[in-house]
Amino acid sequence: MTGILSVRGLVKSYDGRQVVNGATFEAAAGECFGILGPNGAGKTTTMRCCLGLTAPDAGGIELCGYSIPSMAREARYRVGVVPQFDNLDPDFTVTENLVMWARYYEISKRAAQAMVPRLLELAGLEDRADARIDALSGGMKRRLTIARALVNDPDVLFLDEPTTGLDPQARHLVWDGLRRLAKEGKTLILTTHFMDEAERLCDRLCIMDAGKIIAEGSPRQLIESHIEPIVVEVFGEGVHEWAQKEASGLAERLEVSGETAFCYTHSADAILAAMSSHPQLRAMRRVANLEDVFIKLTGRDIRD
Amino acid sequence: MNFRFLHIVERNFLVWRKLMIPSLTTNLADPLFYLVGFGFGIGSLVGTVNGRPYVEFLAGGMLCYSTLNSATAEALYSAFSRLKMQRTWEGILHTPMTVADIVIGEWLWAALKAVLSGSAILLIMYALGIAHGFRPLVVLPVLFLLGLCVAGLALVMTTIAKGFDFFAYYFTLVLTPMSFLSGVFFPLQSLPLSVQKIALVLPLAHAALLSRGLVFGDDIPHPVLSLLLLAIYGVIGVAVSVRIATRRLHR
Repeated sequence: MTGILSVRGLVKSYDGRQVVNGATFEAAAGECFGILGPNGAGKTTTMRCCLGLTAPDAGGIELCGYSIPSMAREARYRVGVVPQFDNLDPDFTVTENLVMWARYYEISKRAAQAMVPRLLELAGLEDRADARIDALSGGMKRRLTIARALVNDPDVLFLDEPTTGLDPQARHLVWDGLRRLAKEGKTLILTTHFMDEAERLCDRLCIMDAGKIIAEGSPRQLIESHIEPIVVEVFGEGVHEWAQKEASGLAERLEVSGETAFCYTHSADAILAAMSSHPQLRAMRRVANLEDVFIKLTGRDIRD
Repeated sequence: MNFRFLHIVERNFLVWRKLMIPSLTTNLADPLFYLVGFGFGIGSLVGTVNGRPYVEFLAGGMLCYSTLNSATAEALYSAFSRLKMQRTWEGILHTPMTVADIVIGEWLWAALKAVLSGSAILLIMYALGIAHGFRPLVVLPVLFLLGLCVAGLALVMTTIAKGFDFFAYYFTLVLTPMSFLSGVFFPLQSLPLSVQKIALVLPLAHAALLSRGLVFGDDIPHPVLSLLLLAIYGVIGVAVSVRIATRRLHR
């Protein structure tokens, strides 16, 4: 594997609180690599370290063949960034935002203007070329930010929670765009706490919690190696009692959270049969997904 | 030596160009009212100062005062809104631009914009018959230097500030006293000797001396020293700003 981004033993603390705690991972050229984790897991800090925006306390980072942070400026010529919070330039129109951004990469005004139509098409903003930024919806802003990150034709695209705050339609549009970029051979480094997003987009991902990488692999590998393939979610009156008395012997792993019993198993038949004498209980049977892995590894506690 | 900071000047110029008409109008209208109102109005009560009409004395000071205000407004309020509210600086750091590029670009831009304000006053001085010939134009590079000096100091405040409120200290404790102790509106000699000594370290006082000397041919006591003082304030200011901004943005 030729790593276009490799992170080894990354440590970063703020005010004595360790935010990243020995993270190590490697992303190969052309893949979509996800950093998945609950809020406060250290995802954004890891990304900032990778871009040379903050200096790590310990560890080594290499991006596009450049050592970070010492050569971060050089590396950023090969990189595009989509930050978590839109920071489009509100003093400029859509087109002006793209052209000015290109100027920061030493691209001539003429060359920048020439690439605007293609970028607008990519963002689906052809009819908004001269719109003010505050006249755009959240989804449009995000698509423009992605288009802006492409002005220097980067090898690697960093996306920090690219669909947080978007409605379902807008999310799907962004996903389609990102898949297209992945197909073009761009390396995508993506942080998210949306499991479906990670499962849809990522070739490989790592799960980060409390500053540590606690699992790494393809979505399928992670599901297969960490969790039973079938989940039966049971809820209804008396579910606690039922879970304790009957399900505990039938499910390979049983977890009761609130008013729901999660039965993890290779075969749901026995569990469903055991429910037949309890008509007040209802069940939902489904295939295990990344969220189950995530919850198993990071727990059900709320993170703030 | 790189010139990436010019992209910041370019950015701010492009934004300014959109609002050029109202901006130029205030640049011209404000000093016109000041000079006509104070210069001729109060001038009729004051008569002459140092042997010349008060309006001329005032105009020489206003060149600097206006430059100072313009550079301060840009490097304080406008730059701070780009740093904090709009996150413009933060975004630009995702490109190959560095904190130094951004801060130096803002510094240069604020000084250029300040020269524009100064030029507007000069234009009005020509129109009112206060300035004559080409000689007064040599004051423009000095106004640029004053702009760099003032913008450098303001950027230190900008990079430290948590919010706009913080700037009130700078106005109350630095800018307002400086405006009255620099011989802009009235001659320094009217103040007690001990207070006059403070003016020795005030950049605005030195700029006012240089300005009156270059525009009207008044005696400039220590021209090299005055120029050097302006330059030193500016360079130290911008260097400190780069350091503070680096610590702030690369946390």
